[in-house]
Amino acid sequence: MYKKILTTAIALSAVTTAQAAPSLDDMWELIQKQQAEIAQLKTQLTTTEQRVTETEVKTEATFAAVEEVTAGPVAKLADWADKTTIGGYGEMHYNNLTSDNSSDSKEEFDLHRFVLFFGHQFNDDLRFFSELEVEHNVAGEGKNGEVEIEQAYIEWDYAESHRAKAGVFLIPVGIINETHEPETFYGVERNPVEKTIIPATWWEGGAMLSGEIAQGFSYDAGIHSGLFIDPDADDDPLTSGKSKIRDGRQKVSEAEGDDLAYTARIKYTGMPGLELAATLQHQNDIWQGESFAGEDGADANLFELHAVYNKGPLGVRALFAHWDIDDVIENVKAGADEQEGFYVEPSYRINEKLGFFARFSEWDNQAGDSSDTEKQQYDIGFNYWLHENVVLKADYRHDNNEGDSEEFRGFNLGVGWSF
Amino acid sequence: MAFLFLLVQLSLLASNMAHSKGVYQTAPDFLAENFQPSIPQVSSLWLTPELKSTASTILDRKVRGIRIRYWKEGEKTAWIMEEIGKELPITIGVVISGINEDSHIEQVKILAFRESRGWEVRYPAFTAQYQNVKITTPNHKLDQHIDGITGATLSVRAVTKVARLALFFHQQVYDQQALHKQATTLNTDQPKL
Repeated sequence: MYKKILTTAIALSAVTTAQAAPSLDDMWELIQKQQAEIAQLKTQLTTTEQRVTETEVKTEATFAAVEEVTAGPVAKLADWADKTTIGGYGEMHYNNLTSDNSSDSKEEFDLHRFVLFFGHQFNDDLRFFSELEVEHNVAGEGKNGEVEIEQAYIEWDYAESHRAKAGVFLIPVGIINETHEPETFYGVERNPVEKTIIPATWWEGGAMLSGEIAQGFSYDAGIHSGLFIDPDADDDPLTSGKSKIRDGRQKVSEAEGDDLAYTARIKYTGMPGLELAATLQHQNDIWQGESFAGEDGADANLFELHAVYNKGPLGVRALFAHWDIDDVIENVKAGADEQEGFYVEPSYRINEKLGFFARFSEWDNQAGDSSDTEKQQYDIGFNYWLHENVVLKADYRHDNNEGDSEEFRGFNLGVGWSF
Repeated sequence: MAFLFLLVQLSLLASNMAHSKGVYQTAPDFLAENFQPSIPQVSSLWLTPELKSTASTILDRKVRGIRIRYWKEGEKTAWIMEEIGKELPITIGVVISGINEDSHIEQVKILAFRESRGWEVRYPAFTAQYQNVKITTPNHKLDQHIDGITGATLSVRAVTKVARLALFFHQQVYDQQALHKQATTLNTDQPKL
């Protein structure tokens, strides 16, 4: 019995061994296949190594190029350019105005303003800003235009919410004196009250502090050059000179500096769409030490108050400005000791591109006496924004200044841009 | 001169009361405030030519870079982006939630403001206007009017552009996620050979 079992086991083992062992041909075929795979893998490895080498070369070349760019003159130029800004705005007008009271008419094309801004950020807290303007396109002897530097100042953030500036800057008063890019206001021409009474655009040389004192409340306070309303402009003691506030702008051009002026403004912008602001200014002497008719020392005070509110498509602007000037100016022009004006401008923006407005303005440069010297102007029109910084404008103007040769009516067209 | 000195002293005293310029909230704090109990891993949205083209239209300038980082949890994403107002970048945090037509702004926050004007955009009274705002298609405009701030027009524009861009990017994240899911489902459903 044991013998039988042993014989069976040996036989089974032989069968199993015979089935597991490949033949020589099978072995040769297997080796051939493996050789082919090894050769293929070697080729792939060589290709991969070549690619890695190429990648290393490319990476090195890229690093070198990046280093060259980041450390080279182009990077230094880019760094300077990052800190230097250029901008500007401009507006061209066509006026078609006629007067009922005289043969005066205005039918003209005028590149009213062409302005370039240049600024440079020295560091996070110190910057330079400037505004160079050409008015009426051609400047020079006998020409209509002027070349003006309206702003050129250094501004320093001396504390987290406070800054100081020194140089030539815009006076913080009114709505359009500081922000007057054409796409920011309605009407081809700027409103007559701010132009005549404030008088915008108004810049002086001096120093100013500005900042935020509480949420929504900001202030400006400065000392600067004053107005010079020459009472004896033609040097003829028998004839009087200038009396209107706008005539007193010296534009920081070798400006008389005998007597300074002080300006302070408080502004609230804590609610979206709303701006409320009040400005007070004191001029020590708008005659700058000159005398007229035996009088001297014409001090003056300006009070200006305005509100801007935009809610959805509706908007309204309202402004009041009043000058109280020493009585001695009445020797030059009766009633000139009070000069004041106001305007109201409701608007409706139909969509992103189109908005309509109407404006009523009233002002008087001789409000100190009872004579009828006040002027009124009605404007109605629209702005069409081709882009948020490019605008087309059209409006109709109607003056109500009976007896005044400058009583115009007619239309204005304009195109404006800023960048 | 005494007048100026007095003003400097007064303004220095006031500087403790208000901070118009600086960092109001750090990015980690902003994220921690919006993702409880922990901030999710940062993800990347790769800027394909098509995405860059639309982003450039929204920002009205050429968009550079190859990706934008964001944080995502469920149907909520957070984006921290910088956009120049007048001259210097404003750091703006935007949180969006909802999918497809429900995508809306949950919060806009000014994290850092560096310029000396236009700081009013950081006031909650201003940024609260963006809550629940969506974007329209195909123009990617906000579906509600945002009241501006006089004298801060450029800062307002910058914040609005970033809000629009965050809404657009949020939609792209979920659109890409839906496409990926669809492709995976198709592969899974294929019969095995």
